[in-house]
Amino acid sequence: MTDLTSQTLAEARKGLAAKTFTSLELTDAHLKAMEDARVLNAFVLETPDAARAMAQEADAKIAKGEGGPLAGIPLGIKDLFATNGVRTTACSKILGNFVPTYESTITSQLWRDGAVMLGKLNNDEFAMGSSNETSCFGPVGNPWRREGSNTTLVPGGSSGGSASAVAALLCMGATATDTGGSIRQPAAFTATVGIKPTYGRCSRWGIVAFASSLDQAGPIARSTRDAAILLRSMAGHDPKDTTSVDREVPDYEAAIGRSVKGMKIGIPKEYRLDGMPAEIEKLWEAGAAWLKAAGAELVEVSLPHTKYALPAYYIVAPAEASSNLARYDGVRYGLRVPGRSIGELYENTRAEGFGAEVRRRVMIGTYVLSAGYYDAYYLRAQKVRTLIKKDFEDCFAKGIHAILTPATPSAAFGIGEKGGADPIEMYLNDIFTVTVNMAGLPGIAVPAGKDSQGLPLGLQLIGRPFDEETLFSLGEVIEQAAGRFTPVRWW
Amino acid sequence: MSVDAATVRRIAQLARIAVSEAEVPHLQGELNAMLAFVEQLSEVNIDGVEPMTSVTPMEMKKRQDVVTDGEIADDIVKNAPATENHFFLVPKVVE
Repeated sequence: MTDLTSQTLAEARKGLAAKTFTSLELTDAHLKAMEDARVLNAFVLETPDAARAMAQEADAKIAKGEGGPLAGIPLGIKDLFATNGVRTTACSKILGNFVPTYESTITSQLWRDGAVMLGKLNNDEFAMGSSNETSCFGPVGNPWRREGSNTTLVPGGSSGGSASAVAALLCMGATATDTGGSIRQPAAFTATVGIKPTYGRCSRWGIVAFASSLDQAGPIARSTRDAAILLRSMAGHDPKDTTSVDREVPDYEAAIGRSVKGMKIGIPKEYRLDGMPAEIEKLWEAGAAWLKAAGAELVEVSLPHTKYALPAYYIVAPAEASSNLARYDGVRYGLRVPGRSIGELYENTRAEGFGAEVRRRVMIGTYVLSAGYYDAYYLRAQKVRTLIKKDFEDCFAKGIHAILTPATPSAAFGIGEKGGADPIEMYLNDIFTVTVNMAGLPGIAVPAGKDSQGLPLGLQLIGRPFDEETLFSLGEVIEQAAGRFTPVRWW
Repeated sequence: MSVDAATVRRIAQLARIAVSEAEVPHLQGELNAMLAFVEQLSEVNIDGVEPMTSVTPMEMKKRQDVVTDGEIADDIVKNAPATENHFFLVPKVVE
């Protein structure tokens, strides 16, 4: 039965329908894998009893022919999603032992479709980070290591637990969120597939907020097809989120295997960075060649404001975070550190509850919104954001269907290796992904190869608004050409 | 632009985060590193550019002005660190 965990979600769905195995067997196999992989620290809360109960319920429905699109499929849930009766912390001390009395829209849709929850997954505190090292539960290990090395590497972040658990075959898929690259960068670091859909495609209701105009949820999965299956269940209009779009959810899976012949793929020259590793450049060329071989036409395009996306992001995202995180006051939920006055109670609670990265971002966000600085920083950044979006619009107006870029400027790095002295060093991880959030576009990261040390590297495809289908079709072409990558088990 | 120690203390106070004197120099360095990084935005020509207010053009839906939720006081105070009869407890604010 050890084979049960090595299938894709699509394969498991077939096996469940054919009654080759039950959801309880599939779930137990993953629970066992989860227990055996505790050294990775991917899960911050295991819910085996609830998982078995959900699996049995799914089995009963499958037996009656009433199983939904995800019936009996065991998933991991990023700890940013509120789960009714199950501790939700955003991996921050300040939420402490917070137990929601409600369910996020996205997870409720997954349960509606029959999925099984294995537990809650680790992430950077409030999703602020690119290595999963800022979590109050400690860092997550990447199941991938450099060939011949025992050094534990980061899985990327902020959805590091999601990426690690999917890559290590601990769950068949996972929910994740992406504010500046938090789905696509960890997917690239772990040879998994991650898609950040168009802003508004998925409801944000019940997801712990970081930067509301940038946050968007999506899946991390074992294959492009699996990501398509999961996104269909996650997406959809929600009256409880006024930024969620009332637009029909397509059958994304139908886009898998669809011809990409005649599609115009943009190659943005501004993504060719000075000092970019030759391996990344080579991978990018390989990806372009695969798409060309499948009949797509490659066109050099220009996105002139690319270099300003990351600095503008580090104004807009902290500004929104400082506002969103004002709710953590030690009064209504979570941690409370006493003080002589209400003001001191707030200040002590927030000093104790927020980690260093969160504190830094709340402070910079407070500064750029403060009187006298708003125009110079925040307003300017929002204007630059308009220009970044216009770059993409101009490109798509010329008939470009999607844009191909590297997903990250490097492969996974070691725990403690980056950002210790200079936070900017860590922020540069998101240089290729953050533009997509600034413009609200969909982006997918697909595994495309390995570097000379045997670490996975990914490519990113950026699509037109609400054209996730094209990304799935193109992603599948890359997956078929590059193959799938599984880490050698060491844990 | 860069911030001095007094500004760091003022930002911390605005953000309602207690910061000890010993932490100020370190925070000042971090904040100034970020401000130096975002400084490059000043070279962008933003004349006549509208600031972004909504990344996806859409009309905000309005719901009926009716009560759709409520009677869940137990749920609301369930996670609070200190409560009494469905009230949140805080230190005395009025003498």
